[in-house]
Amino acid sequence: MLTMAMPKGRIFEEAVGLLRRAGYKLPPEFDDSRKLILEIEEENLRFILAKPMDVPTYVEHGVADVGIAGKDVMLEEERNVYEVLDLKISDCYLAVAGITDKPVAGVAPKIATKYPNVASNYFRQQGEQVEIIKLNGSIELAPLIGLADRIVDIVSTGRTLKENGLMETAFIESITSRFIVNPVSYRTKDRVIDDMVERLAAVVEGVDDYENR
Amino acid sequence: MTVPFVFEKPLGMRDTLPVLYDLKTNIRQKIQGVTETWGYRFMNTPTLEYYETVGDASAILDQQLFKLLDQRGKTLVLRPDMTAPIARVAASSLKHEPFPLRLAYDSNVFRAQEDEGGKPAEFEQIGVELIGDGTASADAEVIALMAEVLNKAGLEEYQIAIGHVGYIQELFLSIVGNEERAATLRRFLYEKNYVGYRQHVREMALSSIDQKRLMDLLTLRGDGSKLGDAFELLPTEKGENVLRDLRTLLDTLEAYGVAHRVKFDFTLVSHMSYYTGVVFEGYANNLGVPLSNGGRYDELLSRFNRPAQATGFGIRLDHLAEALNPNREETLPSAIIFSPERKQEAIEQVTDRRAIGERVVMQELSGVADLDAFSERFDDVVYLIGKNGKGTM
Repeated sequence: MLTMAMPKGRIFEEAVGLLRRAGYKLPPEFDDSRKLILEIEEENLRFILAKPMDVPTYVEHGVADVGIAGKDVMLEEERNVYEVLDLKISDCYLAVAGITDKPVAGVAPKIATKYPNVASNYFRQQGEQVEIIKLNGSIELAPLIGLADRIVDIVSTGRTLKENGLMETAFIESITSRFIVNPVSYRTKDRVIDDMVERLAAVVEGVDDYENR
Repeated sequence: MTVPFVFEKPLGMRDTLPVLYDLKTNIRQKIQGVTETWGYRFMNTPTLEYYETVGDASAILDQQLFKLLDQRGKTLVLRPDMTAPIARVAASSLKHEPFPLRLAYDSNVFRAQEDEGGKPAEFEQIGVELIGDGTASADAEVIALMAEVLNKAGLEEYQIAIGHVGYIQELFLSIVGNEERAATLRRFLYEKNYVGYRQHVREMALSSIDQKRLMDLLTLRGDGSKLGDAFELLPTEKGENVLRDLRTLLDTLEAYGVAHRVKFDFTLVSHMSYYTGVVFEGYANNLGVPLSNGGRYDELLSRFNRPAQATGFGIRLDHLAEALNPNREETLPSAIIFSPERKQEAIEQVTDRRAIGERVVMQELSGVADLDAFSERFDDVVYLIGKNGKGTM
């Protein structure tokens, strides 16, 4: 049996849709079940539903063989897992934003973010000294109330930024969801996993072709 | 940094409690027994080495090294692996012994961890080094020995993946031309980032044939039939040599009777940068991390001025113990509880029983506060209490 770690929330529906299009028979009640562990016997699959940020952790430790995780999470967590396939779902990007796009005065601008690791790497690459403040949500609040000068966060439509009077000051990296695999499972369950990757890749490439038309 | 609790240990350090110690001793004895029958001689090296020599040669990331200063201000490291120290010994203390040398070790190595629990910073490694033999038979010997060791340790479900970093390097160089660009590609493989690898390949200014060759590398995983595919990707003289060696390796493993454990995986790259040829990893089916790894390191010995081809493997004893049977029941010893007037009799009994290999604890009654709780820790308890014993009335 293959265990798959799925991110709860925003990505979940898209991920389930992708699996269905790849030919996995997931029952209808799958979508709104509140169970954390779901077994689909006819597919020989077991799903665990985790916080998106925790998916690579489950996979790294091998309690899940494979998983679906956003690239943002991969960059932040730096887990020892294989990033095998770009699923091209949950399209968004990481960006820096602030109240103005003018340079920030002061010795070390404060940066509020859910992604301290990503933010720290980015500003080091830019050669800027900054002070990182870790928050767990509603990051847009930080510059409005004077906690930070800038934020680093994912942007999908830009609506949240706009509604809060923030503007993007720099683009960091584009983000999509990735199919990730535990290094041992990648070798010991290679047949099932390769089959899954192939089927998912076929669906993903199909989407690609469709968009290019 | 807060003051540690009195019972706290440094990050990543662990106590080994009796039950696990027993299990490990048991495995260790089996492994050492097998290894010795293959003619490998066990040896030890110091826990501390110079940062500039072994620390530098060991290929463990600098931030993972435990560093300290000796009295003269020289930087030392707690040995992060055993291959580099053994290479040092082979090139110095054992330099008059003819090659090939077959050496083995069972030692603790130290690698600093930044992450949360689950990853020890000190762990025991058992392994072998076969130094001064560049043949495919030598590669086969260490892989077969590793399989034999895992068998004898009692592991039933495991697999071995075999790759070849020399092949990857040759393929990359033949396509991208220079080491710098090859290193970028290697880095993607090492970071297990295949999405990034494919993206990078697509963006490179290469012919579609060469792009396809780089993409197809990721599919070179499977049984011996993949060797043919691998040759098609790299139809050069070097490629031919590598694949001929791998074919010989597979045939030899077949003869050893372990070929069914083995799969080829050309995407396998190790974090150990000193590997030059065949690399391999062992996996237990019920464990999320590799159990063992090894490979050929033909350049390392020259750093210690005795150039030689070499190969070897190391097994993580903690991972093996976990894969075997972490919940093994503890077997309890027996006890004799005595009062002072029957001490002589107790000593006689306990000596006889210990002489035939029984584990027997001898405990004076007045030293025990809670007799019931104490007795529960033993398989059986004999009481020699009071003056009514034989000949003491």
